Amino acid sequence: MSFDIKPSKISLVIGASSVGTLIEWYDFYIFGMLATIISKQFFPSDAGTSALLSTLAIFAAGFIVRPFGALVFGRLGDLIGRKYTFLLTLVLMGGSTFAIGLVPGFATIGWAAPILVLILRLVQGLALGGEYGGAATYVAEHAPANRRGFWTSWIQTTATLGLFLALGVIILIRSNQGVEAFSAEWGGWRYPFWMSIILVVVSILIRMKMSESPMFTKLKSEGKTSANPLKESFGQKANFKMVLLALFGAVMGQGVIWYTGQFYAQSFIETVCKVEFVQSRNLILWAILFATPFFVVFGYLSDRIGRKWIMMFGMLAGIVTYRPIYQYFLDATNANNRTEKIDLANTFVSEKLAIVDEKVCTKLYVVQKIDTAYIDGAKFSYTKTDTLFLTDIIKDASTTSIYYTQPNAMDAAKLDTIVVKLKPTKGAFLDATKTQEVTIAAASLKPNIVVEKTLDQSTYWNLIWLVFVQILYVTMVYGPIAAFLVELFPTKIRYTSMSLPYHIGNGVFGGLVPFLGTLIVEFTKTADNPAGDPLAGLWYPIGVASICLFIGVIYLTNKVDKEVMD
Amino acid sequence: MNTIKKILGLVWMFLAPAIIWFLASQAIQKIAAANSLTKSNVTLQWVIILTIFTPICIGFFIFGYYAFKGEYDQLPASSQDLE
Repeated sequence: MSFDIKPSKISLVIGASSVGTLIEWYDFYIFGMLATIISKQFFPSDAGTSALLSTLAIFAAGFIVRPFGALVFGRLGDLIGRKYTFLLTLVLMGGSTFAIGLVPGFATIGWAAPILVLILRLVQGLALGGEYGGAATYVAEHAPANRRGFWTSWIQTTATLGLFLALGVIILIRSNQGVEAFSAEWGGWRYPFWMSIILVVVSILIRMKMSESPMFTKLKSEGKTSANPLKESFGQKANFKMVLLALFGAVMGQGVIWYTGQFYAQSFIETVCKVEFVQSRNLILWAILFATPFFVVFGYLSDRIGRKWIMMFGMLAGIVTYRPIYQYFLDATNANNRTEKIDLANTFVSEKLAIVDEKVCTKLYVVQKIDTAYIDGAKFSYTKTDTLFLTDIIKDASTTSIYYTQPNAMDAAKLDTIVVKLKPTKGAFLDATKTQEVTIAAASLKPNIVVEKTLDQSTYWNLIWLVFVQILYVTMVYGPIAAFLVELFPTKIRYTSMSLPYHIGNGVFGGLVPFLGTLIVEFTKTADNPAGDPLAGLWYPIGVASICLFIGVIYLTNKVDKEVMD
Repeated sequence: MNTIKKILGLVWMFLAPAIIWFLASQAIQKIAAANSLTKSNVTLQWVIILTIFTPICIGFFIFGYYAFKGEYDQLPASSQDLE
């Protein structure tokens, strides 16, 4: 049985579903893209790594609630229909994203800031949990049997294109505003959140024109819709076992491959390899641009040769090549592997001494910046900011301030003491002769080292190529999976049944890749090796993908189900 | 192949509680090792991890049980088979 659909309607079905889903992904991912800034804005300023981890945890919380969104909205979708359910998820997503952009920072409202952000993030996760299954089901239920993989693969491009849009918007605003204005409490980092409301309104207007899925309409007219989709999906062994098989044999591996290839790669290149902000994001953008058409290629191919082996090959490729790829990232950006400096005499040290913090001086910053240029065009920048809390050396900060400072050596490696001259700020403060000289050991300083690397063209394109390869794996595992999931479950409980494993696999297993990856690297840090093993975080996606690959190969079939009308 | 599926079912049934045990022991170890500044953060992280992965491991155990009982020997060919 099939429904005849006009070509113009096909475009509308795919277009309207894809645009809305793309916007939802955009909304969801701008949070992750801005994790470093968000951790500074919504957490105490001195929390460091723990703030970043907390932000990643909030980021992960959005993923974790996705399965609950799948249950709530999946049930609604099977009861009242696909169209109205994913209209609702779109409104929720747009509203919560816009509201995140309005939450004042920690400096203004204290702990209310992260709590509000967490709540809004949870709403985002719930909405996304309801969106994807609806869109994939809606498109699949319009598609002819021999084109289901091809049609649904357009929906599969939206997650990656949403990431592309999020990255593009952030880079555009940041380059127009400058780093400081972008990162300020009410700076440009909020604009991508505010923009969401416009995109969502446009998408709602498009979706309002859509009609209900023909299969669901038929089922409803015959009175055959499910009375209790949750019970039928998970309470009956025959269906529940397929939910488990979908999760452990396909989706959990697909989830970790997806998030390693796109999120972990970007995070690794920026935070571990220290490639500068714009370049690290640009190279992801290029890789996404080149790889995105392959979602459609593998979706199309899955209609011809089956879904299983394409997905399994994508997982295997990730398992085998992740460590060599990331090892290359490390080697290519390691300053110790580079000797051909343009001219050692041009390597310079600059200092910004005695930047006095506010009127009553409580802190002193000693900034050292070393820029090193290489013959191939690469430029590595090393900035060391030593913060000296004056309360450690002067008893009464309100009556004394820094007058003059001088490190006794220009070379960062030899910086062992700093000479600080102090003078009273009350009484005879204009008398420069009444100063007191204090020498401070560098050991009492609190250093903050920032390394930023601008890559040469050759290394830059090598990195783009290797990220592209990872996203190619993503297209293999992700391109055919919507059609694969749709074919596993019957129409009357399809929305609920396919949404749950999809969002556990992607939201939980995949979404936790950056968080658990960072955490595993933390575990490897010891007194002897304070940096830890930067590649250790890869064991999580490799381990999960390996189990999934094994289960998929043994338990899944490669058969394409021609009849999903039942 | 069906015999392999069943034997592997036992492996999944064993692996599920082993993962929970591993995560719980890691949680105890890491929370105990955290200093007073990071303790609440570390505790929160591990509570999140355990809360998420425990039900998933239970699901994995059930999957193993179904595999062991031969539920995946023949996958359903149509929706009627799921009734």
